[in-house]
Amino acid sequence: MEHSGALQLYGNASVSYTIDAMVRTDVELMLQVKAGDDESFNLLLQKYRTPLVNFLFRMVKEKATAEDLAQEVFLRVYRARKQYSPSAKFTTWMFRIATNLALNSVRDNRHRQTDVSIDVPLEEDEKPVQLPTREMRIDEHMIERDRSEFIRRTIQALPEKQRVAVLLHKYEEMDYAEIAKILDCSESALKSLLFRAYETLRVQLAPLVGQRSGEGRQ
Amino acid sequence: MTTTKKCEDVSKQLIAYLDRRANSADRNEVEAHLATCGACHERAEEFRQMFGVLDALPTVEPSLGFDARLHARIAEEPRSRWFGWMIPHPRLAFALALLLALSVWTGDLPRATSNGEAATAATEQQDFEAIKDLGVLENYDVLSKFDALSEVPAEPSPADQQAKPVNDQNPDQPPATQE
Ligand SMILES: [Zn+2]
Repeated sequence: MEHSGALQLYGNASVSYTIDAMVRTDVELMLQVKAGDDESFNLLLQKYRTPLVNFLFRMVKEKATAEDLAQEVFLRVYRARKQYSPSAKFTTWMFRIATNLALNSVRDNRHRQTDVSIDVPLEEDEKPVQLPTREMRIDEHMIERDRSEFIRRTIQALPEKQRVAVLLHKYEEMDYAEIAKILDCSESALKSLLFRAYETLRVQLAPLVGQRSGEGRQ
Repeated sequence: MTTTKKCEDVSKQLIAYLDRRANSADRNEVEAHLATCGACHERAEEFRQMFGVLDALPTVEPSLGFDARLHARIAEEPRSRWFGWMIPHPRLAFALALLLALSVWTGDLPRATSNGEAATAATEQQDFEAIKDLGVLENYDVLSKFDALSEVPAEPSPADQQAKPVNDQNPDQPPATQE
């Protein structure tokens, strides 16, 4: 069975950690970190490393890169602990850091590959860099791993802002207000961003619908 | 089936409707329209299926060394930050540092004076320069507010007895009053 929620259990040894982290809110934990309690930092790490690594893995191409970036996020959270003030949700702050790092990484990588002028602003409406689907066969016997890869690449081909919006909305299950803060846009702008993204995904993922189990009625 | 203005409005609310984040007024509006419009009903169904496909994306686990690597990086942070883990209270850390500094200072003094006449003005000056570099001793306000030291002038401890000759020789410049 798969958990789609943000919080995951990490085996028996860590269950007490997870329960402790659930009892205290993120803001409480972060205020403890600010006061010098590094054990609270470890609780936040336990709670968010998997969601963060997954978010970043879906933003960038390599898992190793995603882990490097996730490390950087936690490091920045730790470095900023003395200045932390609970004016925003902890996840808003953390995923904002993660989003900025991921977008910078994607842009750096793209500039290295294609020599695109740095002056050209990257709008969310830009054309996808590559169509992921070409070389992949879609048929009934498509193995599970290819299926996952197909979905991942389809998401990665979305314009970057749409991609962030989908990942936070679908996989982190954040509400519109929080995603809008992370993306620094209005809620109505976010809604149309999401609508366009899901329109694209609806079309591109249509070949996968009804392939496996009874999700789709065909 | 014709696409109307209503269809456009509803399709923009479909995502929120399907993920159950729409408020109830919007929900009723969308449901009423879906009940009468085949095109929008079909589109809603396609979105639902698309969400089902997205659900199939597996979650990856961070590699086993992730935490250890992070802890190592944090340990490398400047000013040995993990020291704060052992002493969570800054005041306690300060007090310990102060006591350590004082014990080093008073511990060194007998050695200087036991050389008899070697305790010249020059060596005093050297000692004094060394003391000046101990940041914690520079702030007299902090020292005077520090409970453990408040009784020192009235009731000198044995350590202070040993320190006294030096102070007597140089009464105008006790280290603590140094600006
Ligand atoms: Zn309609």
